[in-house]
Amino acid sequence: MILPLLEIRDLTFVVGEQKILDRLDLAIHPREIHALLGANGSGKTTLAYLLMGCDGYVPTSGTVMFKGADLLSLRMFERAKLGLTLSWQEPARFEGITIREYLTLGRSGSNPEPMLVQVGLDPDRYLNRRVDKALSGGERHRIELASVLSMKPTLAILDEPAAGIDMLSINHIINVIRTLKDNGGAVLLITHQEEVAAIADSASQLCNGRIVFSGDPAHVIEHYRGRTCVRCDGEACGYVRA
Amino acid sequence: MSELEELTRVLPMVGAEPNILDDEEIAHVVGQGHHILSRRSVPGLQLDVKETPEAIVGKMTIQAGVTIARPIHMCFGLAHPTGSQRIQIDVFVEERATARLLSHCLFPVATAAEHRMQATIAIGSGASLTYTEGHYHGPHGGMLVLPHATVKIGKGARYFSDFSLLSGSVGSLDIDYLVEVEEDGIAELTAKIFAHRTDRITLKETVMLRGERSRGLIKTRVVLEDEARAEITGITEAHARGARGHVDCMEIVQGRAQASAIPIVRVFHPEAKVTHEAAIGSVDKKEMETLMARGLTPEQAVELIVSGILR
Repeated sequence: MILPLLEIRDLTFVVGEQKILDRLDLAIHPREIHALLGANGSGKTTLAYLLMGCDGYVPTSGTVMFKGADLLSLRMFERAKLGLTLSWQEPARFEGITIREYLTLGRSGSNPEPMLVQVGLDPDRYLNRRVDKALSGGERHRIELASVLSMKPTLAILDEPAAGIDMLSINHIINVIRTLKDNGGAVLLITHQEEVAAIADSASQLCNGRIVFSGDPAHVIEHYRGRTCVRCDGEACGYVRA
Repeated sequence: MSELEELTRVLPMVGAEPNILDDEEIAHVVGQGHHILSRRSVPGLQLDVKETPEAIVGKMTIQAGVTIARPIHMCFGLAHPTGSQRIQIDVFVEERATARLLSHCLFPVATAAEHRMQATIAIGSGASLTYTEGHYHGPHGGMLVLPHATVKIGKGARYFSDFSLLSGSVGSLDIDYLVEVEEDGIAELTAKIFAHRTDRITLKETVMLRGERSRGLIKTRVVLEDEARAEITGITEAHARGARGHVDCMEIVQGRAQASAIPIVRVFHPEAKVTHEAAIGSVDKKEMETLMARGLTPEQAVELIVSGILR
């Protein structure tokens, strides 16, 4: 039996009176691509921030084990050093920092060119540009993915990795996700895009802070598309049972 | 060590190499206190500098139509812990001339000293001047530094300035630049300052867009730590049709430092436009978290973000 790489149990996150995550259980295994689908406000990004340890995101209750360690007891950079990383839905911009530097953070001397090629950007044109406001949203997303690739993470949380990417370039993003797996890593793939979710090995649908459906990606996509939640009260996804 | 060696040994701290003084194709002036230690001119450049008991007084003219290929270096400073230096210099970039002027202000051992620079710069029609001023101060602080300049940019002329104070502790710095831009002229003023300890920074930059289609940008980046204080004022006035200006100020405050930013924009023509943005605060949380999610410690993340802002 293969032990999960990431094991979330009974994870609850309450802000004020509102339960953002509600006794959430989820397991991701080594080299597994797991897609997480859900409507806006269902708790997907909150889960990503909790796992990464972003400021202000401390679970109310529950446990998260990652590679056998109590993830919630670690600081953000310690989680990263353990092999966990996050690609933000809207990545930060950095004044003055070049793409070359950004792709070699903590690994000076490594070659960032293959990472850029993989996300469909020409190294000659991009390596010396800055990770700043001059980049388009799509370019910034690709550079974020290249940065995640260069880390060779054990688990990458990708929050809407294809947001702002043109249709012609979606395949680059899909290839990156597959490469993360080929490199021995697992991926928690948060996405609204069915063609991206379809490459996952498994999937879950999140609604109102709860996993309401899990299984084969095709089934979960179909389930999500039909807005047929099993346990949800319909507030988040708009579904109202007949 | 001679005074010349004392000053030039710290040139690398402002991005220059001491051997520039030996290169016959590079014009330079080196002044210690009110003494001129070295000078050289090149074809197309008229360089008249003299010592007086109260100041080094000079006039620099880049002749019409001439492009000075290599940067002109001005190295001014004090090689002693105490003292006073006043520089009064007039720069004329004649029509269609092009030059780069690098001013190195070097105070490696100063503890209680004063440096005043009063410059006037006139850039003729179609001419271009890039002016880079780099300051190096030792760790002691205690200086009073007052760089003041008035710049007149002619029709279709271009002026790019870049002031940087990135290492050492200055003491008190009071910058006051006034730039006037004529028709189709461009002025871009950038200042980057890293203040420490009890440094006091006052920076006032004014761009007056007088001519039609003139352009102005004031970009300021200041990082403060310890108990440093800064007051940054960026003023842009647009007086003519099609004039466009922007004021962009960012200050990062750490420790017990304090900062204020005062962007002032005034428009006197209905077809002119001036915009501004100012941000003061600690290092951006999202930038920090992004870097920590790649494995950098909080300290490493701050260092990288600050170094990027000050580039």
